[in-house]
Amino acid sequence: MLGYILRRLLQVIPVFFGATLLIYFMVFALPGDPILALFGDKTPNDAVLEALRAQYHLDQPFLVQYFYYITGIFQGNLGVTFSGQSVNDVLGRTLPVTGRLAIMAIAIEFTLAIIIGTVSALRKGKIFDNTMLVIALIFVALPIFVLSFLAQYFLAIQWGWFKPTVGAQNDWGDLWLPAIVLGFSLYATSMRLMRGSVIDTLNQDWVRTAYSKGLSRSRVIPTHVLRNSLIPVITNSATNFGVLLVGATVTEGIFNVPGVGNTLFQAIQKHEGPTVVSFVTVFVIIYVLVNLLVDMLYGLLDPRIRYVK
Amino acid sequence: MSDMAFRTTSSRESAREPLLSIRGLRVAFDSQSGTREVLHDVNFDIFPGETIAIVGESGSGKSTTASAIVNLLPGTGHVTSGTILLDGEDLTVYSKAQMEDVRGREIGYVPQDPMSNLNPVWSIGFQVKEAVRANGIASGKKDVEARAIEVLKQAGLADAEKRMHQYPHQFSGGMRQRALIGIGLAADPKLLIADEPTSALDVTVQRVILDHMASLTREKGTSVLLITHDLGLAAERAERIIVMKDGEIVESGPSRLILENPQHPYTQRLVAAAPSLASQRIQAVVEDRGVQSLADVADAAPTLRVRDLTKDYKIRQGNFRSEPFRAVDAVSFDIPRGKTLALVGESGSGKSTVAKMVLKLEDPTSGSIEVDGIDIAALSKKETFNLRRRMQPVFQDPYGSLDPMRNIGNTIAEPLEIHRVGDAKSRRERVRELLDQVSLPQSLASRYANELSGGQRQRVAIARALALKPDIVILDEAVSALDVLVQDQVLQLLSELQSELNLTYLFITHDLAVVRVAADLVCVMERGRVVEQGTVDEIFASPTQEYTRRLLDAIPGASIPLGGGAASGL
Amino acid sequence: MSSDLNDPTGVDHYVAPTSTTTLVVDAVRVDEKPSNLWSDAWRDLRRRPTFWISLLVVAIVLLMAIWPTLFTQVSPTDNCQLADSNGGPTDGHPLGFTFLGCDVWARMVWGARTSLTVGLLATIIGTVIGLIMGAFAGFYGGWLDSLLSRVGDIFFSIPYILAAVVVMSVFSTNRTMFTLAFAIGGFAWASTARVVRAEILRVRQADFVTASRALGQSRFMTLVTHVVPNAIAPLLVITTISLAAAIVAEATLSFLGVGLGSNVMSWGLDISAAQQSLRVAPMALIYPSILLTVTVLAFILLGELIRDALDPRARARR
Repeated sequence: MLGYILRRLLQVIPVFFGATLLIYFMVFALPGDPILALFGDKTPNDAVLEALRAQYHLDQPFLVQYFYYITGIFQGNLGVTFSGQSVNDVLGRTLPVTGRLAIMAIAIEFTLAIIIGTVSALRKGKIFDNTMLVIALIFVALPIFVLSFLAQYFLAIQWGWFKPTVGAQNDWGDLWLPAIVLGFSLYATSMRLMRGSVIDTLNQDWVRTAYSKGLSRSRVIPTHVLRNSLIPVITNSATNFGVLLVGATVTEGIFNVPGVGNTLFQAIQKHEGPTVVSFVTVFVIIYVLVNLLVDMLYGLLDPRIRYVK
Repeated sequence: MSDMAFRTTSSRESAREPLLSIRGLRVAFDSQSGTREVLHDVNFDIFPGETIAIVGESGSGKSTTASAIVNLLPGTGHVTSGTILLDGEDLTVYSKAQMEDVRGREIGYVPQDPMSNLNPVWSIGFQVKEAVRANGIASGKKDVEARAIEVLKQAGLADAEKRMHQYPHQFSGGMRQRALIGIGLAADPKLLIADEPTSALDVTVQRVILDHMASLTREKGTSVLLITHDLGLAAERAERIIVMKDGEIVESGPSRLILENPQHPYTQRLVAAAPSLASQRIQAVVEDRGVQSLADVADAAPTLRVRDLTKDYKIRQGNFRSEPFRAVDAVSFDIPRGKTLALVGESGSGKSTVAKMVLKLEDPTSGSIEVDGIDIAALSKKETFNLRRRMQPVFQDPYGSLDPMRNIGNTIAEPLEIHRVGDAKSRRERVRELLDQVSLPQSLASRYANELSGGQRQRVAIARALALKPDIVILDEAVSALDVLVQDQVLQLLSELQSELNLTYLFITHDLAVVRVAADLVCVMERGRVVEQGTVDEIFASPTQEYTRRLLDAIPGASIPLGGGAASGL
Repeated sequence: MSSDLNDPTGVDHYVAPTSTTTLVVDAVRVDEKPSNLWSDAWRDLRRRPTFWISLLVVAIVLLMAIWPTLFTQVSPTDNCQLADSNGGPTDGHPLGFTFLGCDVWARMVWGARTSLTVGLLATIIGTVIGLIMGAFAGFYGGWLDSLLSRVGDIFFSIPYILAAVVVMSVFSTNRTMFTLAFAIGGFAWASTARVVRAEILRVRQADFVTASRALGQSRFMTLVTHVVPNAIAPLLVITTISLAAAIVAEATLSFLGVGLGSNVMSWGLDISAAQQSLRVAPMALIYPSILLTVTVLAFILLGELIRDALDPRARARR
C-alpha cells in the first residue's frame, strides 16, 4: 500500500507542474502583450496594469516567470483580480459556498445513482429499468446550462417551489435548486455506470458460489455485488469531478450563487482574462488533489492494491 | 425412451435408498428466438457414500445438470419437467427459502476456477465464516471464528489462523481450491457436487487436492457428484461413471466396466481418444517409427539444437526495486529432423519462454539456438527474415490466434503476403491446397473466424503455419484448449502432416498423457531447468528423477488400462 | 447383461439407444450468409427503430447546416425589428421572435451550421491526436508509453471546457471556428487517447499479433494491418459520442460568452441571450434548447447503438 501511495504521489507531481505550466504557457508564451490581450476590448486602469505586469514578471524569460508564479502559489499568493482584490480573499469568501453546493450535489448524485442504478440492474430489461435508462439518457444529453434554465423557469418561476436566484445571503437551504440541477446532471452518468457495474458483477462466478453456500439474496446482493460494483463508480467520480467544476461554474452563474464558480463566470462574461486564468488554475489544483484523494480511496477499497502479494 | 417402463433395480440394491434420485429431468433456456431445451430426460441415482462422475465434453450438459440440482442455473435456465428427489423430497418444487436451506447444509458445491469464485475484496476468513453462519453450524462471534479455522485446517491449510485474514489474491491456486472445498464441506452436507474442481490447477497439485477431498468425503460418508471432462480421472475417483453428450446420458455404469467394455459408439470414441499411459504413439502410417532409444537418433543431424539456453527477467517489486528472475536456466536439447520433442512442465516451468526464444521473439540472456547448424543469434536482419519461413508457431488459444477482422483465406495467405511469395492467383491456389491438407472445406476461405469452433480454428492456425512450407513447427500448447475428441482429431492431423511433409515438431504441453501419444522425445522442465530428458518410452517406463515420477503419478487414471483398442484404431 | 441395458438407474450398465447417423467430430457448420463484424452489426442495427430515428434527426440537422434556406426563407439577422421584440408566433414566423426581434426559427436553423461545423472540426482534431498518441503509446510501450501517458495525464487534468475558456480568453481578438475547434479538440483528445491505448494494449496481446511478428513482419506493419483494423470499431463509437460532447462544448462556451463572436449565430448564444426575457418569453429559450438537446441525444444514441452492435461478446460462437 505504501508503495502504491508513493507511486501515486510521484505521478501527481509532474501532472501538477505540467498542468499549471500548460495554462501559463497558453496565456503567456504566445506572441503579443498577454496582459492587454487578456483584457480584450476593455482598458484597465494603469495601476492595475502595473501591478499585474510586476506580478507576472513580464520582463523575465518565460520559465523564470513561471518559476515566480509557482513559488507564489506555494506561498499562498495567487495574485490579484481585475478589480485589484487579492485572489486569496475572494477564495476565502467563495470557497465555502461552492463547497456546500458541491457536497449537496454529490450527495444527491450518489444517493440516486446507487439506488436507482442497483434497482435498474436487478430488474434489467423490465419497465423500471427501461424508464430509468431513458430518463438518464435525457439528462446526459441536456447541457447543464439548458437544464439550469429549464429548472429555473419551471420550478422557480412557474411553480414557485424555489427562489429563482440565490443572491448574497445563503445557507444550506437556499442552495437546493442549484444543487438539485447539478446533482441530477451528474447523476445520469453515474447511474448508468453503476447499473453497468452491477450487471457485470452479477455475472461473476463468486456470486453464484455465494448462493451455493446457502446465502440468501438479501445477503449476497449487498455483500458480494454492491461492494464490488461501487469500486468503478468511485474511481470514476474523480474524472466526474471535472464535470462538477464546470457545472458549478454554470449553475452558480445562472442562479447567482456567490461561490468560486460564479466569480469565474463573471470574470468570463466580463472578459477579465487574468482573473479567469487565476481561477481556472485554482480549479485545476483542486481537481488534481481530488483525483489523488480518490486514488487513495481506491487503494483502500481494493485489497489487491493494499496487500501486494 | 420415456415410454419404456423402468425396470426395478436389481435385488442387491433394493436395500439401499438413493440419496439423490433424478427422473426425467429436462432443462431449457429462453432466448429471443424461443425456448431451447438443453437437457433431455436425464435419469440417475446417487447412493449414500458413493462417488459418481459425470463425464462429457463441453456442451454435453454435465455442468448444467449439476447446476440444476441446486437450482443455480445461469441466465434464463429453468427446469421444465422432471423430479430431483433428495432423500425423497422433490427439490424442483422447493421455494427459494427452502432451496437456500438445502444449499450448503445438505448439498455442498465446489466450483471450477478458484480465482474467479472467491470475491477478491473480502478476506478468505470472511467468506468461510459466511458459510458457517448461514448454515447454522455455529453462532456467536467466537464460535463462528473457531469453526471457520477448523474448516480451513481440515481442508489442509496449515497456519489457518493467519490465513483467515488474507485475501484470495495472496493464496496460490491450490490453496484457494482447498478453501473452496473446505467451504463446500463446512456444514457436513450429504452430497458434495464438485464441478471440474481441479481443471484450473497444475497436474501435481491436482492429485494432492483430489486425494485430500476423497479422504475427507470418505471420512464423513459424503456422497460426491464429480463433474469432469477427463475419463481417466473419473475412472480413478468414482465408482460409477455417467457419460453425457448433447444433453443426454449415452451410457452409465461401473467405472471399470465403462472403460474396459464401452458399448455406446460415443463412449467408445471417448475411450479410444483419451490419452493415458497405456496408449501408443499415434501413427499416421503403420510403420515402425524406430525411436526406441536416444542412440537411434544420434546419427541424424539435429534440425534444432538448443544449448545452455538461459533467460533472465527483471521483475519490478512494489517498492521500486527490481529483482532478477531466471525463467530459463541452461536448457539444452536436440530435435532430429522429422521427429517430435515434447517440452513438458507445469506453469512457471519456463517452457513457453523457450518457445519464444526459439522463434526469435525474444533474445536469450545466454546460450545458443542452432537451426541446421546455424546459430540464429548471428544472423543479419535479412537472414532472420528468411529464417522465419522455416519456423512457424501454432498457439494455444484458438479464440485469439485468428484476426477477427480478416477472413480465413486472408489469414492463411498472410505468410505468403509478408514474404512476397507468388502472385494473387498462386496464393489463392495455395490457400485452397492448405485448406485441403487440414481437412477443411474450400468454402471457408471467404468466411470469418467467428463461424468456426475451437478445433476448426486450430486447424486454420495450422494451415497458416504450413503456408511457407516450414521445416519446424512450434506447437505451444496447441491442443490444450480442445475437447478430447477434437484434440485427438487434431493430433491425428498433425501426425499425418508430419509424415507427409517431414516436419519437425517442438511440442509444448503441461499434459504428460498427451505426450505419450504425440511425441518421440521428452524433455521435462521444472522452474526453468531441464529435470530429465529421453525418449518417450524411456521416460514413461523408467523415470529417474523424483519430479518426473511425481508428474507421471499425477496423471489421472494412470494405472487403469483402457479397453476398446486405445489409439491404434478401432 | 443386455437385459439390463435399458435401465438407466440401476448399478448395471445402461446404454442409450443409438441413432443411425454416424458420429462426426467437430463438423463444420456455417451460416447461409457469411458473417463478419460489420455485416453482423449492420444487420443488428437496421432492425432497431431507435437507430433510424436518430439517423433521421442527424440527417435533418445536417441538412439544416448545409442548406438552411430549405427550412426557412426568413433571414436570421436582417429585418430584426425591435417592434417585434418577444412577440409570439405569427404568419411566416412559427416560433415567434427573440428579444431583439429576430425570428426564432430562422436563428435555430442557421445556428445548426455553427454547432455542427465546430463540433465536427473539434472532434476530428481531438480524435486524430488521440488516435496517434494512444496508438503509439499502446503499441510501442516502454518509455514512449510512459511519456505519452504522462502528457495525456497533464491534459486530462484540465477539464477541457475550462481549458477552452482560457484559450478563448487569450485569443479574444481571434475567435474563429478554427480557434474554437482547436481549443476544444486540443484538450479533449486526452480521453480518446486513453481509450485507444487500452484497446491497442488488448489487441497487442492477442496471439494473432504474435503470429504476425513470428512471420517477421515489422512492428509498424503489424500495427497497421492487424491492430488498427481491430481498433476501428471502438474508435467509431468514441467519435460519435465525442461529436455529441463537442456540440455541447461549443454551446456551453457560446453561452458563457467565449464562443464565437456575438455576430455569429449559435444555439448557445441564443439560449444565453434569451435568459433575460425568461419570465415573459420563455419559448425563445426553450425552442433552441429542445433542438440542441435532441441533436445531442441523437448522436449519443447513435454512438451507443453502434457500440452495442459491434460488441464482440454478442457475436462469439462456441
